[in-house]
Formats: sequence, structure tokens, C-alpha cells
Amino acid sequence: MTEVERHGFDVVVVGAGGAGLRAAIEAREQGRRTAIICKSLFGKAHTVMAEGGIAASMGNVNDQDNWQVHFRDTMRGGKFLNHWRMAELHAKEAPERVWELETWGALFDRTKDGRISQRNFGGHEYPRLAHVGDRTGLELIRTLQQKVVSLQQEDFREHGDYEARIKVFQEYTVTRVLKDGDRVSGVFGYQRESGRFFVIEAPAVVLATGGIGKSFKVTSNSWEYTGDGHALALLAGASLINMEFVQFHPTGMVWPPSVKGILVTESVRGDGGVLRNSDGKRFMFDYIPDVFREKYAETEEEGDRWYQDQANNRRPPELLPRDEVARAINSEVKAGRGTPHGGVFLDVSTRLPAEEIRRRLPSMHHQFKELADVDITAEPMEVGPTCHYVMGGVEVDPDTASSCVPGLFAAGEVAGGMHGSNRLGGNSLSDLLVFGRRAGLHAAQYADTAGDDRPVVDQEQIDAAAEEALAPFSADGGENPYGLHQELQQSMNDLVGIIRREGEMEEALQRLATLGERAESAGVEGHRQFNPGWHLALDLRNMLLVSECVARAALERQESRGGHTREDHPAMAAEWRRVLLACSLADKPVPGEGAIVLQRKANPAIREDLLALFGVDELKKYLTEDELPGAEADLPPQRADVDADKKSENGAEH
Amino acid sequence: MSYEATFRVWRGDAEGGELTDFQVEVNDGEVVLDVVHRIQATQAPDLAVRWNCKAGKCGSCSAEINGRPRLMCMTRMSTLPPGETVTITPMRTFPVLRDLVTDVGFNYQKAREIPAFIPPQGVKPGEYRMQQEDVNRSQEFRKCIECFLCQDTCHVVRDHEENKPAFAGPRFLMRMAELDMHPLDAAGDQGLDRKATAQEEHGLGYCNITKCCTEVCPEGIKITDNALIPLKERAVDRKYDPLVWLGSKISRRR
Amino acid sequence: MTTETRPPEAADSTGRGVHSPGRAAIAQRHLRLDRWWLPQVMTAAGLLLFIGYSTWRAFFGLHTSYAAPYVSPFYSPCLAANCPKMDGGADWALFGGWWSLSPALIVLIFPLGFRLTCYYYRKAYYRSFWSSPPACAVAEPHAKYSGETRFPLILQNIHRYFFYVAIPVAGILTWDAILGFRDPQGHWGHMGLGTLVLLVNVSLIWAYTASCHSCRHIVGGRLRHFSKHPVRYRMWTWVSKLNARHMQLAWASLFSVGLADLYVYLLASGAFSDPRFF
Repeated sequence: MTEVERHGFDVVVVGAGGAGLRAAIEAREQGRRTAIICKSLFGKAHTVMAEGGIAASMGNVNDQDNWQVHFRDTMRGGKFLNHWRMAELHAKEAPERVWELETWGALFDRTKDGRISQRNFGGHEYPRLAHVGDRTGLELIRTLQQKVVSLQQEDFREHGDYEARIKVFQEYTVTRVLKDGDRVSGVFGYQRESGRFFVIEAPAVVLATGGIGKSFKVTSNSWEYTGDGHALALLAGASLINMEFVQFHPTGMVWPPSVKGILVTESVRGDGGVLRNSDGKRFMFDYIPDVFREKYAETEEEGDRWYQDQANNRRPPELLPRDEVARAINSEVKAGRGTPHGGVFLDVSTRLPAEEIRRRLPSMHHQFKELADVDITAEPMEVGPTCHYVMGGVEVDPDTASSCVPGLFAAGEVAGGMHGSNRLGGNSLSDLLVFGRRAGLHAAQYADTAGDDRPVVDQEQIDAAAEEALAPFSADGGENPYGLHQELQQSMNDLVGIIRREGEMEEALQRLATLGERAESAGVEGHRQFNPGWHLALDLRNMLLVSECVARAALERQESRGGHTREDHPAMAAEWRRVLLACSLADKPVPGEGAIVLQRKANPAIREDLLALFGVDELKKYLTEDELPGAEADLPPQRADVDADKKSENGAEH
Repeated sequence: MSYEATFRVWRGDAEGGELTDFQVEVNDGEVVLDVVHRIQATQAPDLAVRWNCKAGKCGSCSAEINGRPRLMCMTRMSTLPPGETVTITPMRTFPVLRDLVTDVGFNYQKAREIPAFIPPQGVKPGEYRMQQEDVNRSQEFRKCIECFLCQDTCHVVRDHEENKPAFAGPRFLMRMAELDMHPLDAAGDQGLDRKATAQEEHGLGYCNITKCCTEVCPEGIKITDNALIPLKERAVDRKYDPLVWLGSKISRRR
Repeated sequence: MTTETRPPEAADSTGRGVHSPGRAAIAQRHLRLDRWWLPQVMTAAGLLLFIGYSTWRAFFGLHTSYAAPYVSPFYSPCLAANCPKMDGGADWALFGGWWSLSPALIVLIFPLGFRLTCYYYRKAYYRSFWSSPPACAVAEPHAKYSGETRFPLILQNIHRYFFYVAIPVAGILTWDAILGFRDPQGHWGHMGLGTLVLLVNVSLIWAYTASCHSCRHIVGGRLRHFSKHPVRYRMWTWVSKLNARHMQLAWASLFSVGLADLYVYLLASGAFSDPRFF
């Protein structure tokens, strides 16, 4: 029998980023004893990387803004694949979630009249992003962290114990969700520091583990983003949807290696930055697709005039939609016209005076100066596409954030549906808050209903989980997990990256299957105390499962939409909008065939009153004939629809 | 362009340990953390090190490089003396767990002891009104990424373990300053005097403003000039300035 | 390459500070490679130089403290009866005739106290004279440390009273500089190199005084809502800018005071005569 450290709670939240902390706060405020498990130190979650802001239609800067406009923008951004109900709840509840942060001590940038300032961002019709300079994510995580602390202080006053009702388990990693029959009964995992195992018994588990970026070689994500929650959900019997949609940002840093993947904000191009290949050519003019030909400048002179006079000139092709830019950069590099470090040049130094660059792009100036020793006022940057966000995740009920497994909830990046095929910038932080709270609330209510009939943790499952976790130590002379990880990242980057082709994805699936077999024999040296090699060996299982979902779903979806671009199926197809691809664990996996089965599910039809927020002309671009609302067919298109395309081109950022 | 460097990394745990030499390849443009990762991937897979974002935003990879408290992800190899051995040790103020990883629980304990923000009564969410000039000061302090390098370098606890119970450290005294300067914090209404408690309960007087915290801050926060000294001055208002004391008595009467 | 662990054999047997039980067992008190001691040595040298010079001048400089129309800043205001007669200057014999020591000692207490309790000088001498700490991340030699929590160092908190006194003192020095626009006979419309020296000195004194952390606190730092006090907010912003240069101003004004005194000494002792501009 495996010896484990045991705890009992009502709600366990796995993950201590924005969604996890918000969920935990809610569950605790509902009176439930809540545990927060974080893989790293409390307050270090990937949420701190978010820069832009929190999208919420508070209307502080432009009072025309309201939840309907936000809803519309979100649906357009996601190319109508979003779960309409999630988009609706998100748009309606985001302002309350932001205001609430102020009562917990958050200090946003202010407007002249003392309200929360809001900024413009790609895809948002009005200035909508509540922000604190370019460190909004840090403010969010710190505020939530400090709110948790204040709840602990409250408990200390009442019970003499800071951890009476909310406890943070730092540097604990969950490797299995335990079940009692169909129901969740708790979690199993290890403590990084000692390597000892732990079990937390709880009727409700909230997954809030973030994304999967670490399966790709070039990513803006941190080491924690190994798809743990995605994999835990699969292994517990839940399904993942929309996994083929992965957002790549066209401009990440490529040099030096230490910062490869870190984001270079879109405003660099918006403020005049141009892309050049190693021949010094502004290559984007060669990559304007026919559908956009009328909207974009054909000569450099015209493109340059646009910065001064946007009304009478067409925009330069550097500002094409993200996937177009990413594809163009890809092609140039593949054709051997890339920079020495495998990117292209993004130059603002010859375009604006140094003083102006420092004024308009202070954080970029600082970022390059500090990390790359590059003075962007004097030399060009080197940039290339970087993996940024996964739209797909656990299939959840929009209102309760519960998965199909009773007692298992998911919120934040690990949950799917909210963003459809592409996320708008700023919608991530609001997503965390809105659905984090909902997950916490409903997990608390669910735990309450369990009453005396609490699920029981099964010792056999604990033993099995412990055996699985210890396997890397017994694999004598097994493969180096670091090497396997690098191979996985390379495969995903090369074969299931920005531009996808059928043959390549088939190859990817084969490689994943072999990697999966090799990973089973991955071995580690040393002992269990804080052993990163061991941790990586365990994370590999998750990354491989998730990567297979991405590859399988991407192979299946024969269209291009949002974060999924197929070279062999370049157009968006309305029929595919009705289809959701759901991954689940195969009952009896065939060796060499992979562990995942794919299922087509119907995307629920959008509620009529929400559909009525759009003009029919616009809907025609996304919906099939029989989905179009018949009665409203002769309504004039709405004002906001006129420039809808232009806005969604900017896509999402941060 | 790459070259071979000697890295001397402290390996061990609370029982003991030693500086261990590694010959490791260093490529152009790398930071110390990259090289530590290479050691991990090729020579010592169980080398314990904390890191997360690798972009200077999370504050996880704090260590001491050539004796100076720094973030490993923000220390470019090109800034270190070429050809010389690079020595990396864990932070030397906190108990070591393993290799470069220390037990930073001290900081989380101190964080709990600082009374949280107290929202003003009767102001509903959405009704908060604050001017930018009133939040600027606290916003600077909220740039803190909690890397705890200031706590590590502060000689009050670094050189005197026995002071740990009485002294919150620069990061958390700064947190007190942040709350005291928050335009809507209602601590006063609840009878909580943050200035006085900073001095009486959190050891503000231990600080002798020698500014090492400011020197090591990777976020460039002027901890001493903008947080600690103003907090000391505020404590003086309360305790040592008869004029201000008298003034506040009179104005409270009114 | 070894990975085994060994007991901390080389660790300091006293087991305090960085050698406390539980911390990484590293024998060295620090691992810094740079010349961390250099700034401390320079600071100590600078301060000692000034202390030496000013002590000599304060005790023995009375008869060379005034060279009309210039008065040494060490001797102004001059509050004893044994002061030289300064035409229009601040020679107020408040202390009467009983004071037989140098009158500089009476008044120097105040600028000395102002500088001694100054947040910058505190840092400078804690580091360079008391090695508390010798430099960042370099272990200090003391077994115990109570900082400014107890007598006498708790008295550092009275800095602001010295600041209050520093203002009239700076005012008097300003008046002295203005008197430098008279010729040695007392007629206005003169300017010599000495006038310039006094002017530069008094400007630096003012800048140093205004950049003081207590000043920054008093003019606006103590406020919770800048938005309700726009004038004080502007003053605070201005003082904050100066405050960022407090260290530079501390040194510059220290040297300028010494130089101004030296200049008067040179004139009064006849080693030099004041070049006259007009």
C-alpha cells in the first residue's frame, strides 16, 4: 500500500492562475473548505505574462459599449464557432468581475474622471481593456493572491488558523484525478520539494491549469504549460473540444535563444514597423491574397502614406490578418531568405525617429534592450511566429463549468468553447474571472449536494497512480526525458504548426505514437527530491496526449478557420462551423494507433435573440443557408457590421 | 558563436553540499538560466532549479550569481566577465531545499501578517473613483514580481537570522507603504494605523536604509526612496512630530 | 563531477548570518568578484577628509573666517561676542561674552545634525564606517543588529527638525551671498570670484536641503490624495526630482561648503586676493 500524505477538502482547485484563484475564492466564500494546488510558487502563474488588459464592456471611455457589442466582437473573433452561451455570459459578467477586483485592492490605470481606464485592442469595437500599463496580468494575479490572503486572515481571526478554510499547496503537482464510480473523489500527485505523494479527498475538483504551449518548440508560454489539466480531464473520462485551434502570434522574438517565442506586440507594425527578408525586401507585398487585394496597398509609397492618412490610402500589407503574416514569414524563411536565426527582420528603426520609438513603444524598447541587447531605435528586430494560446479545452457546461464527469469542473484556458476558433486579445483575462467564479460557485454547490454521500477514495487507484509516477525511476538506462521533450516540440512545431498539411499531420501522429512508446521507458537519475528530470518525465505523458488531440483534430477538420490553417483546405466552410471535434480517451488503445478517439459533435445553434444582433449579410459569411434567420432576412445590416472584417483582422493579442 | 565556460554551481541540501564544477557550452546571446538548463539537460538532469516565465516577469529564478542576488533569466552571459568561472548559489538568506532551490516560506508567512486592503464602507463595486496621480505611487510598488531578491539581500535578516520574526523585510514593508498610500484603503476607519504597526509590529526601525534592496530590484522599483523612507517619515508623523501630532489632534476634534 | 552531499565542514563554526543552520553551506562570507569595497573606501575617504578639514577650521579658523565682504559658511550666523564684525552680516552675539570657544561650534551643530541624520549620509556611514553592511550580499562582521529601533539610533527619526533648522541657516547663507555684491567697503555693485563661490555654494545648499527626504514628505509626501492638493502635488513632484539626486547633491554641497570656507581662508590669510568682475 502506497504511503501518502492525505487531506480532505470540499473543493480542490488544480492551478493557481487567474481562473484557479478566482474559483477558489468563490468556493471559499460559499463556505466550502477549499484547497488550491499550484505547480510552482503561489503567485507565479502564467497569468502574470498577460500584458494588454481585461476586456469588459464597462463603457468608461466610450459609453456606447455594452455587453451585446462585446458579445458580437467575441463571436466574430472566434469565427462563430464559439459556444454562444459562454460568449454571452462572458460579455455580461465581465464588468462585475473587474469592479470586484477593485474592492480587493487592484489599482487599474484611471480615466480623467477617476474611473477605470480602458484601451483599444484588436477586434474590439470600443476601448474596452481595463489595464495597468503593460502588466495587467501581474495586477490580476497579485490582487487574487492578496484576496486569498485576506480570506485566510479572516479565518485566522475566527478560528485561529490561517488555513482553516482555504489552503494553498505550493509546488504540488497533480498526476491523476481519482474517481469513485463515475464521480470524482479527489486528486493524487506529488510534492516537488520532497517527492512524496499526496492525496486530497474531495467531491469536487476544478481544473484551472492553463494551456499546452510547451508542446511546441517556439512558444510564448512558460514551462508549466504542459497541458496537465487537458490530460487529467481526458484520463478522468471527460472530452476535449476545439483542440485543433491553436493561436500563433506572427511576431515573437527569435533571438537570442533565451527569449525565443516572447511576444513582440502588434503595435510595432501598427506604428510603422515593416517586415523585411534577408535581401532587405519588404516581402509582404508579394503575399497579399486575392480576397484582400482591394484593401491593401500595392506599393511601398502608398503603404507609407497610410500611416499619416488612413482615409485616403490603403493599409500596408504588414497589417494583414495574423495567419497571413505568419504564413508569409514562414515561406520566406523556408525559401532561405530568413535571418541568420530563422526569422525575418521587423524594422522600426529606419521608420521613426529614436525619440518617437521610445515614446510609443517603451516596453518593446526595454524588452529588446534588456533581453536581447538590441536597440530597436538603431537596428531591426528579428521575429518569427510563436505558439501563444490554445482555444480548445475541456468540454464544459457553459453555465456551471462542469464537465461530463460529475464533480469535475474546468475554467480558463483549459476549458474549451468560449473563444471558438480564435481568441480576441483581452478576452482571456475576463474569461478567467467570469468562468473561474462560475466554476468555483458550482463546484461549491455540487460539493454541498454530496452531503453525507461523499465519494470515497479507492486505494487501488492510489497504488496505480503511485506506480505510474515512479515508473521513470525503474526504467534503467531509459531515454533522457529532455531529449524526448525536444523531439516532441520539434515535431509539433514542424508538422502541426501554423500551416498544416494532411501528409505532415499523418506523419506527426506516427511520430507521436513512437514518442509515446519511448516516453514510457523514459528514465531519470537521482532521487525524488525536487528532481526536474523526473517532473518532466511525468509531464511528457500529458504533452503527448494533448499533442495527439491537436494533431488528430487538425487532420480531421478540412477547412481553415481562426487558429487552424490548412494549406490543402484554405477556405472557411459553413458546414464545418456546425461541427465540433471532441477528443476522448480510447477505451482499448491499439498499440501504435494512439490513445485518442475523435468524435464529431453538433455545435449548438445560437439563440435567436443573439443571432439578431448581427446583420444577415454578415451571418451569410458564417452560417449555412438553413441556419440563417428567415424572418429578419430583410433587415438592413447593422452599423457595426460595415467594418467588421477590418477589425477581426487584428485578431487577438496577449 | 559558442564557447566553453566553467560553471560552479552549488549542489546539496540542508544537510550540506558543495560547489560543483561543470564545463558547459555557451552560445551567443544566452542568459545564465539557459546555461543552467543545458547543464540540466546534458549533465545533471536532477539539478534543482526554479523557473517559470523566463522573461523577468514571474520572479521565480532568483539566485546569487558571482555573489550577487539576481534573476538567472535576466543575467545575460555577455555581461559577466569573459573567461572567468561563473559561480551560482541559491539565495543565502533562506533555508536551502535542494541545489538552487530555497524555502521561501518566510516571505509567504510575512505576507500573511500584513493586514489586507480594507475596502471603504458604502462604496459599491463599480463606484470606486480614484485619480491617476493618487494611484501612481502604489502602482509602482505593485510592479513587484515577488522574486524576493530584496528580502535575500537585506542584511537585517541575511546576516541576523534572529531578526526574522521581528522584521517583515523590504518587500512587505513596501506592501504596507502601498496600502497606506492607497487612496481608498479604509484601515483608519477600522482603527488600524498602518504607519504605527509598520514600526511596532513589522520592524520598520530595523531598516537602516542602506539601499541594497533597491540595488537588486529587477523591476527597478525605488524601494528605499519611495516606500521605506516615506513610510519611516509617516511613522515619525505619528510618533515623533509634536507639531503634526498636535495638528492631527486639533483637526480630529473639528 | 560530484553530486553527493557532505556535511558543511568548512562552514563558519559560529553558525550565524549566512552560515545559519539550514542555509546553503557555503564557507565564504561572500562570493562577489567585483571591487565591492571600493565605493565604501572612497566614501570613507571623502567623509574623513571633510571631517578633518572642518574640525581644524571650526576650532582654529575664527581669525580667518571673514574677508569682507565674504564670510565663511562655517561662521555664519556667528552667535558669540568674539565674532569678527561683519557689516550687515549675521553676527548676532546671542550667546554673549561667556562663550570663549570658536563660535563656529555653536552653529555647526545644526548642519552637522542635519547631515548626520540625513537618509543618504546614514547609508554612507553605516556602510563605510560601520560595515553594516560592508556592501550588498557581503556578510557584516557584527554579531547583533538592532538597526534604528533603539537609542541612540532611534534618534535618527528627528531628521525633520534639523531640516526645519536648516532652512533659516540656508536663508542666512543666502543673505551672506547677497552681501557679496558689496565691495569690501560696503558699497553695492560689486562682484568678485568670492561672490560666485558663495552663490554656487548656497545654491547647492538649497538644492541639497530641498531634496531632503523629510522635505519631500512634508511638502506633499504625507498626503493621501494628491488630487485634492494640486499645488502641493506640484511641489512634491518637483522635490521628488531633486530627491532622486540627493546623493549627488549631498556630496556637491559638502565640497562646496568646504571650498567656500577655503576660499575665505585664503583671502583672509592674504594668500590670495579676490579677482573682481565688476
